[in-house]
Amino acid sequence: MSPIPMEHVLVLAAVLLILGLVCVLVRRNVVFMLIGVEIMLNAAGLAFVAAGSRWGQADGQVMFLFILTMAAAEVAVGLAIILQIYWRHQTLDADAHRSLRG
Amino acid sequence: MIVAFYVAAAVAVVATGLVITRSNPVHALLYLIVSLLAVAVVFFILGAPFVAALEVIVYAGAIMVLFLFVVMMLNLGPAAVAQERAWLAPRVWIGPGLLSLVLAALLVPILFEGTPQSAGTSPVNPKEVGMALFGPYVVAVELAALLLLAAVVGTAHFRRRERVVDAGRGGPSA
Repeated sequence: MSPIPMEHVLVLAAVLLILGLVCVLVRRNVVFMLIGVEIMLNAAGLAFVAAGSRWGQADGQVMFLFILTMAAAEVAVGLAIILQIYWRHQTLDADAHRSLRG
Repeated sequence: MIVAFYVAAAVAVVATGLVITRSNPVHALLYLIVSLLAVAVVFFILGAPFVAALEVIVYAGAIMVLFLFVVMMLNLGPAAVAQERAWLAPRVWIGPGLLSLVLAALLVPILFEGTPQSAGTSPVNPKEVGMALFGPYVVAVELAALLLLAAVVGTAHFRRRERVVDAGRGGPSA
């Protein structure tokens, strides 16, 4: 059973990160922008786990756990904000919410 | 096992590419779940079974269900019923289903070969992760708990403010 090259895993993580970044930059729907952030966080976690697996240490997985916690907190707050935006403006277009008057 | 890694990686990239090109949020979420499952397979192949299980349970399970709840809440009304019927059309779930089938096919050789070897080293089992988590990283665990508490308080705060605003307007706006 030959090992998987570290570079290939990192390339996969980079591709996923770039796809998430494209999603954040291109899409104007707030829900899709949040999905893009999720994709990017997941890609970062993949890089952590790959590094931890490369050196046989548990630290990579520990870092992924913290990323997971952060992603859960971020999604909860982000979705609450999205619901607020929708109830106030009846749209999810990010360009329609440029003025944050409060 | 090498082939399984590349197949799972290809499924992850294809599913993620389909996520960012969908116009319907529910379709995008279906593909996102497939993408997360593919990344979980990659984690398992890399010798991180604990994290792979967490990815399926927390990411593809809990967080995506939260997303789905909010997306469903956003379009309530008579139009939602027709949309609901349209979502059950086969062309909606056939794509994610086929990609998941590829991942399920990967499971068969993994089951027969036993625990996969990671990239050159032995797999890091959950016990080591737990020892590291509650040994040198215990302060970070406390901080993570604090972060989750802050998220709960923040979410409750956003919810409360909406009701106050609505009461000021004299009726629900949505």
